[in-house]
Amino acid sequence: MSWIDIGALADIPERGARLVKTQAGCVAVFRTGPDEVFAVSDRCPHKGGPLSEGIVHGQKVTCPLHNWVFDLNTGEAQGADTGRIDTFPIRIESGRLMLDASRLAGRSAA
Amino acid sequence: MKAITKAATSCGTCSGLVEQVMAVTLGDAYETPASQPICGCTDLTHEDVRRLIKARELKSQPAVWQELGWKTLNGCHVCRPAVNYYLLADWPLDYRDDPQSRFVNERKHANIQKDGTFSVVPRMWGGITTPAELRAIADAAEKYSVPTVHVTGGQRIDLLGVKGEDLPHIWADLNAAGLVSGHAYAKGLRTVKTCVGKDHCRFGTQDSTGLGIKLEKHLWGSWTPHKVKLAVSGCPRNCAEATCKDIGVICVDSGYQLGIAGAAGMDVKETERLADLATEEAVIEYATAFMQLYRENARYLDRPYKWVAKVGMEWVKSQILDEATRKALCERFEISQSVYRRDPWAEGAAEPRAFAPLANLNLEAAE
Repeated sequence: MSWIDIGALADIPERGARLVKTQAGCVAVFRTGPDEVFAVSDRCPHKGGPLSEGIVHGQKVTCPLHNWVFDLNTGEAQGADTGRIDTFPIRIESGRLMLDASRLAGRSAA
Repeated sequence: MKAITKAATSCGTCSGLVEQVMAVTLGDAYETPASQPICGCTDLTHEDVRRLIKARELKSQPAVWQELGWKTLNGCHVCRPAVNYYLLADWPLDYRDDPQSRFVNERKHANIQKDGTFSVVPRMWGGITTPAELRAIADAAEKYSVPTVHVTGGQRIDLLGVKGEDLPHIWADLNAAGLVSGHAYAKGLRTVKTCVGKDHCRFGTQDSTGLGIKLEKHLWGSWTPHKVKLAVSGCPRNCAEATCKDIGVICVDSGYQLGIAGAAGMDVKETERLADLATEEAVIEYATAFMQLYRENARYLDRPYKWVAKVGMEWVKSQILDEATRKALCERFEISQSVYRRDPWAEGAAEPRAFAPLANLNLEAAE
C-alpha cells in the first residue's frame, strides 16, 4: 500500500464526487455519507460516461449518460446490465482523504 | 420488461407498443397498471407525493423519506430530482435547492455531451444580441478552443465541447460582457423566441421582440417540472413558430392571442387559445399565472401539453381567467423568483475550484 493525501474530505459534498487524475486514468472519489468515501474508476464500461458526474444514492452511482447503476463497494453494474468498474482502497485520516496509489502509478516515473 | 430489454426507458415513444406486446403475450394475466409508483423506492405516485408534501408540510428530503416511508436511504436517480423539484416549488423560501439531487446538466449549468465535455449557451433575451456580445462569444470560443459553434432552434448560440474544468472561466469571460446563463440545460424557462415585429417588418402588428424580452426577463431562472419554451410572433404569419410552444403569443392588430400547451418534440401539437388580451401587461400576467399553475400542479417531467391533457383545458382556463386566482398565482411566482431569478453562472465563476479535479497525481509524479 502507498497512501497518498489527495485532499480534504470537506472538499467533496455529501452525495457528491470529485475527480483525481492519475497515470492509470481518472479516479472518481465519492462521498456517500458524512464519513463514508469510495474510490472507483471514473469511466463507465458502457459508453465511457464520467461517473463522477452521476447522481449518488445510497452506496451507488448512476452514470449520467445512459443511467447504468454501479455499486461502489463491488464496482458491479446493477440490474440487467453487466460490467464492472475498478475499485481502489481509500480511507479518511483526520479529515484528509488517503488514496492507495500502488495500483495507480502506471509505468515507472523514471 | 423495461429492466431487461430497456424498451420504453429512453424517449418513451414505444411505451404503448410495449404494453401491447405484454398484453398479447400474457393475455388475461396482464393488467395495465392503474397508477405507477415513481420508482422502486416508494409505492406512491408522483401525484401522491406532491399532495402529501403540501398537506403534511414536508419541507426537507429527510422529512419526505421518513414520513412517506421511502424504502431507500436517500432515493435514487429517478425519484430524488423529482422530490427536490416538488420541495423547491412548494416551499421556495424554506427549502434550499440541492445540487446533489440534480442531473449533471442542472448541477453544472451546462449540457453534458457524449464525450463528457459540455455545451455553453448564453442567454440572448428575446433572441436579440449586439456586436459586442457576439465579439465576446467569439473571443470565448477561441480562447477555450471550442470545436463547434452551433445556432440553436431557440435563437441562441451554442458553444459545444467545453471541458468541465473550463466552465467557470468561460462563464466569467461571458459574464464580463454582460452575458448570463441561457439555462439551455434546465427543466425551467428556456428561451423566448421572437420575430422582429413592427419595428422592422412591414406586416408586424405589435412589438413582438420587446414583449419577448419582457417575458424572458420576468420568467428566467424559474424551475419547472420540465423545460418551458415560449415564442412571440408579430403577426399570424408566425415567423417565431409560436403555435407549437408551451406558451405562444401571436400579435394581431387588436392585441395578443395567448396560446398554451403546444408541442414540437416527440409529439407535434398546436397551442390552444387561453385568452385574447389587449395589453403586454395582461400577456405577462396570464403567462406568468399559467407558468405557476404548471409549477404547482404538474408531475415532474411532464411538459405543459401533457399536463394540460390530464387536468383539462377547461380547468386551466377556470383558474387563469379568475382574477383573484390569477393574481395569487402571480404573487406566488414572484415569491419563488425572489430566490431563483439570478445567474447561476456568476456563482459558478466565483467557485472555480469546485469544477477542477481534486488532485492530479500525474503532476505530483512529474515533480
